[in-house]
Amino acid sequence: MTTTNDFILTMKDISKTFPGVSALENVDFSLMRGEIHALVGENGAGKSTLIKVLTGVETPDSGTIELDGSMVQVRSPKQSQEIGISTVYQEVNLCTNLSIAENIMLGHEPHHFGGIDWKKLKLLASQALKRLDVNVDVNQPLGNFSVAVQQMVAIARSLEIASAKILILDEPTSSLDANEVSQLFSVMRKLKGEGIGIIFITHFLDQVYQVSDRITVLRNGKLVGTYNTTALPRVELIAKMLGRSITDLDKVSKARFSGEQKGDKKQTLEAKGLGRAGSLEPFDMELFASEVVGIAGLLGSGRTEMANLTFGIDTPDTGNLTLNGKKIEHFSPLDSLKNGIALCPEDRKAEGVVGELTIRENIILALQARYGWFKYMGTAKQYEFADKYIKLLGISTPSQDQLLKNLSGGNQQKVILARWLATDPQVLILDEPTRGIDVGAKAEIQKLVLELAEEGKSCVFISSELEEVLRTSHRIIVMRDRKKAAEYSGDVDDQTIIQTMAGAL
Amino acid sequence: MKNSVPLLKRMRESRLFWPIVAMALILLVDAIFAPGFFKVGILDGHLYGNIVDAFNNSAPLMLVSLGMTLVIATGGVDLSVGAVIAISAAMGAVLINPALGNKLITNDILTKDATNTPLWLIVLATLGAGTLCGLWNGLLVSRAKIQPMVATLILMVAGRGIAQLITNGQIMTIYFTPYFWFGNGFILGLPVSIYIVALVFIIAWVLVRKTSIGLFIESVGINAKATYYSGISEKNIKLFVYIFSGFCAAIAGLILSSYVHSADGNNNGLNYELDAILAVVIGGTLMSGGRFSLLASLVGALIIWTFTITMYTFGVPANALLAGRAVLVLLVILLYSDYARRLLNRIFSLG
Repeated sequence: MTTTNDFILTMKDISKTFPGVSALENVDFSLMRGEIHALVGENGAGKSTLIKVLTGVETPDSGTIELDGSMVQVRSPKQSQEIGISTVYQEVNLCTNLSIAENIMLGHEPHHFGGIDWKKLKLLASQALKRLDVNVDVNQPLGNFSVAVQQMVAIARSLEIASAKILILDEPTSSLDANEVSQLFSVMRKLKGEGIGIIFITHFLDQVYQVSDRITVLRNGKLVGTYNTTALPRVELIAKMLGRSITDLDKVSKARFSGEQKGDKKQTLEAKGLGRAGSLEPFDMELFASEVVGIAGLLGSGRTEMANLTFGIDTPDTGNLTLNGKKIEHFSPLDSLKNGIALCPEDRKAEGVVGELTIRENIILALQARYGWFKYMGTAKQYEFADKYIKLLGISTPSQDQLLKNLSGGNQQKVILARWLATDPQVLILDEPTRGIDVGAKAEIQKLVLELAEEGKSCVFISSELEEVLRTSHRIIVMRDRKKAAEYSGDVDDQTIIQTMAGAL
Repeated sequence: MKNSVPLLKRMRESRLFWPIVAMALILLVDAIFAPGFFKVGILDGHLYGNIVDAFNNSAPLMLVSLGMTLVIATGGVDLSVGAVIAISAAMGAVLINPALGNKLITNDILTKDATNTPLWLIVLATLGAGTLCGLWNGLLVSRAKIQPMVATLILMVAGRGIAQLITNGQIMTIYFTPYFWFGNGFILGLPVSIYIVALVFIIAWVLVRKTSIGLFIESVGINAKATYYSGISEKNIKLFVYIFSGFCAAIAGLILSSYVHSADGNNNGLNYELDAILAVVIGGTLMSGGRFSLLASLVGALIIWTFTITMYTFGVPANALLAGRAVLVLLVILLYSDYARRLLNRIFSLG
């Protein structure tokens, strides 16, 4: 049925070794015309390296790349663009202060009379966006638009200037809400109809099943296999990604039932009418020791605003917050830290990771902040703490003197978690702790949260993955439109929650 | 574990490596073309010679660079240090002025080798004036949230005016001999200024490396938001570094006015802010903030002065000196570039 002509890209026997690590070992990958091909694997599986080889960022040690029937050697990202390979990254690499039209045409502006032909430029830009069914004013600065629109602009740019044959989407949906995701998917399907081959990298398995035709699974730099999406049940896919049975995931749900609420309900934190104009409407929440409260809600439903108010990033202007029956008067991260409230923030990269510091320094940062400027714990104690948490959380790193920026997303998240666990908090708020990390690390973090609750901590677990909230929480609060929509006990079914989120209940 | 890394590689990864290489290159050129450069003699029981001069002359810059290092490590910059030098110098000169408090002012009184203010008070007021300037900068940056370059530009421009207000628009000559000791005195054959630099360096080093301040400064410089989320008051860290920078500039002002026996609002500490930034950059601290090394910045300041004295030794006219300095900067910065690093690493790994 498929002749070689149907393949727009064939990568054969690709190997790449970094000092000490073999990142790719004889990996084959092929992409058909008009296909959405999901590339999945845990962090460190080799997905990024494979993409880097394809886009000319890295040179493979061996292997061949055949594009559109002819052998190519991709030497630089610029060259890869020229031969029709375009990439759109999770963090949009565009200039937010320039207009949409300028962003799309940057470096390829049409000229007349020695100057830029602005009229034509705008026309070309809006045509490029129309192709994606996006209708926005191309004269507006890009920064005025949501990440979703910015991503569309990035896609439009890659199609317009490079006339791409292959489009690589690297974690495009991480910061999009459900609506925007479906918008992106319809664009992907449209491009697929035009014969473009799309490589789709994501951690969201739902999305893999929603949109992809085939799936290639990588593990530890080796090819596990390429499968038709319809022929690979999700459980099998996870098993292939992890290279083991999914008992680990089962353990998590079992943990929840063994850790079910005990009789003595000791209240820890209580929010009464806590709110802030323009960010969160008056909000009530009661937390008890030894439980996990899940927060479900779409992006922008007020879940992060709630976390930030509780932790003191923002100051509430209505209501109050009591901890162990005592009213909290001062709101700042340092005060919260001293009170025993911790927040693992939503945006790991901007709000959590201090990349150029070592793992050790990142782990002890909050604890040292509580000690203050002059009660320095000294390196010996730092090593001790770091060692303890690296072991406890299973952070994989050659040494604790490694800079944090060199770790994978999942391990970075564990380091941020370790930073807060080191302060031994009574209330732990986790805002999207599993975002952008692989399935294995996800399960480990979920398990850890349940263990922490069993030790007596109150945990707040915020996630956009409903399944995860259901699996880990004793109680679930659903948020919608910047307020609390409803509260359920942990055995609620997902349909009820989805309907509450959608405003139908 | 640590010892398994080859010595040469560890050396190359040290922050001090490139500054010292640059220094060694300059000295090598001196050794070849100006054999007399290293001559150190003893005069009246004091060491003298180009090397001693380099240390003595660079002392104020070294001090300012120490403060600047911490400011730059937080991702900021302090453009006002030159003006702060002038302000503290003016403060010292005015308090020393024997006419202060005298009803009858005659030339005799003005030029007398005496003062009505106790020396400790003079020193305290000089340092206090600079520290206050630092406080002002720190408040503008940390509380009013003004960009560091703009915030300190205000004092850079206004400071020289303030210095002239203090001295009533005059260049004040100082005649009080005990005050000269800071810039011209010797202890055990070595200039006093070297001891002052050593003392301030040790204080600064203990302050940043034996407390958590250094870690917090680096953390603020790398990711201020994440640092704040971790419960660290980035505001207070920023306030602290600007105060410290003002304090360092004040000591530099003390030494400089003592060295030249006068306070001149227009010329004391001229261009010191630029030289200090240069010294910090040569020391390998990134302008964007983060990791820093105080010692490397000191070497950076020393490089600037050794180079200057070398130029003088070769008879380069003063007006061509700045061009020469520009070439030095260019070379050092090129050494830091990724490309040069890769090239050198390849050469080293072949060897």
